Order: sequence, then structure tokens, then C-alpha cells
Amino acid sequence: MILGISYDLLRWEERNIIEEGRKSGFKVIPIFTKDVTFLSSEDVPYQDVEAILQRNTSHSRAVSTSMLFETSGFKVFNDSLTLSKCENKLMTTFLLRSRGIPVPKTAIAFSREKALEVAKKLGYPVVIKPVEGSWGRMVARAQDEDTLRSLIEYQEFTTLQYKTIYYVQEYVNKPNRDIRIFAVGDEVPVGIYRENEKNWKTNTALGAIAKPLKIDEELKELTIKVKEVIGGFFLGIDVFEDKERGYLIGEVNGVPEFKNTVRVNQFNLSNFILHKLNEAIRR
Amino acid sequence: MVSLKCPVCGGEVQVDDNALPGEIVEHECGAQLEVFNDHNRLSLRLAEQIGEDWGE
Ligand SMILES: [Zn+2]
Repeated sequence: MILGISYDLLRWEERNIIEEGRKSGFKVIPIFTKDVTFLSSEDVPYQDVEAILQRNTSHSRAVSTSMLFETSGFKVFNDSLTLSKCENKLMTTFLLRSRGIPVPKTAIAFSREKALEVAKKLGYPVVIKPVEGSWGRMVARAQDEDTLRSLIEYQEFTTLQYKTIYYVQEYVNKPNRDIRIFAVGDEVPVGIYRENEKNWKTNTALGAIAKPLKIDEELKELTIKVKEVIGGFFLGIDVFEDKERGYLIGEVNGVPEFKNTVRVNQFNLSNFILHKLNEAIRR
Repeated sequence: MVSLKCPVCGGEVQVDDNALPGEIVEHECGAQLEVFNDHNRLSLRLAEQIGEDWGE
């Protein structure tokens, strides 16, 4: 397989995929986004590349390069449509809900007054999130209406792209952890618990500790269902455990990081991805 | 290892021979640097700031 890796920052993940690919005898071609230009009157370089794995850290670069490579005839994983569905939380949540996949109670409003009104309906505490964003940035919990009002004000004065859309969610009373599980092709090979004693946000970027996850049949089926709705090839899915309702899908990531998953599970995810990808393009 | 010049302090930075563009190097002066390909030679520039749209 001749595989292109589209990236803008060489993190542990990108380096590991490149190394593992070379060990498996694949030809891996790093494509550093900041060095690439697309000219409508010319063919894109890398014509012998059979597939491109999308690994850009910046969402706008990820979606754009996937789109540009797709329109140049390349097979790109994840494709731009999948990335768009993941990146926009409004779309992820309501798309999943429309297919009967359990999600936290979520409200969308387009004015401050309606956001406050609908938060009352959800019941405090609530969580307010930017429609686009990662690593837990700008995600905040409001214990009461007064706090929510301030948080809304903060959002309105940011440079966020969707600052006029209010994404308000019930605060899921989960244990001090959540689940990050991975879908690769049609398989669910590995996942982690992310535990945080001190912070209700369980992003490992915010200091949560990763622990190996035992994947039960229900979780596996749910993960596959999410993947069928969102599409793509490689997804990282965040799952909350609710005491009454069971698993709820929080977010879906289209360019997931997996360093901690590999470390605590002793599972070579890069290798798994590469071989599944090779299978997929030969099908 | 190849020796490159820090664009911030002008000091020497040792970078792995097979470093790739996009790799981040911390220099002792405190600068966060990014390896890039300057006309087929490895070079260093100030790393990009974390963007609003960054993250998995
Ligand atoms: Zn320096």
C-alpha cells in the first residue's frame, strides 16, 4: 500500500503511524499541509498514493484537505463529509438522535433569552459548549441561571465561529470518568476510561488519567451504530455512563488522538488502522 | 543529528537527521519551534500558536 499521511503537526500519533507503516512494508508518504498547494489547472502531486489518512490538527485544514484530495480522485479517510459531521456538535448530536442513538438532553437556541428559557427546561446544572471546539475548551458548567447568563455573555464576546448559536446540554451525572472508544472500519478494537477526580471535564488534555476499558457487547454495538451514522473509517467516540439511561454518546472525533490508549492497553492501534485501511482499499 | 539555527535567539538547535516537517522542537531559550522544509533543507521557524479550531 502506498499511503499518504496528511498532517500539519507531527504529534506522537502521526509519527507512530509513519513508523508502523514502514515496519509493515507500506510506503508511507508524509504530506505536510503547510507545504502543499492545490492549483485547479494542475493535477495534485502524489499521484501514486492509493489512500490518504487525514491527520490534520486544525479542523479547517482537515476538512479542506480531505475535500481537495477527494475532488482530485483520492480515497481519503476520514472523508470531508464525516469530518464535517463530527466537527459540528449540533450536527453530531441531532443526527445521532434522529437515528435513535441515545445522547444527553441537548437544547439549541439562537438568542440569549431562548437559551435561558430552554436551560430551565433542562434543569440546572447545565453545560454550555461551543458548537465547534475541542480539548474541552470553552466548555463550562452553569449551576444556575445567573452563571449561565455570564457564560453566554462570554461566548458572545469571543471570536468563536458559531457564537450566535447556544448549545446547552444537561449535565450528565456520570461517575468521575467517561469512555473513549475507537471504531476502525467495522471493528471496535480498543478504548479507555478517562478518569478525573478533580475536574468534571474528563479530557486527557485536561489531566484525566487513562485506564484500559473492557468493551462489552452493548457498547460495541452502539459504537458500530454511531459509525454507521457518522460514516468514515476511523473515529474516536466519547461515551457517558448514566445511572438510569446507560450509555449516552457525547462527541465523535474525526481525527482522534490515541497515544494514551496505546500506552495503557499495550495495543498497537496504528498497526491495526494501517492493516484495516489496506484491506478497505483492496475491497 | 543536524545543527540548525534558532530563529529566536540565534543559538544552535540539534535536530534529528530524519526529522520531518511539522515536528515541534523546544529550544533552551524557551522558544517552541517547528521544523519545515526550506528549499529542500531542514530549517526552523516559530511554531504555530494553538488555533481555535485545533484538537481531535
Ligand atoms: Zn532559541
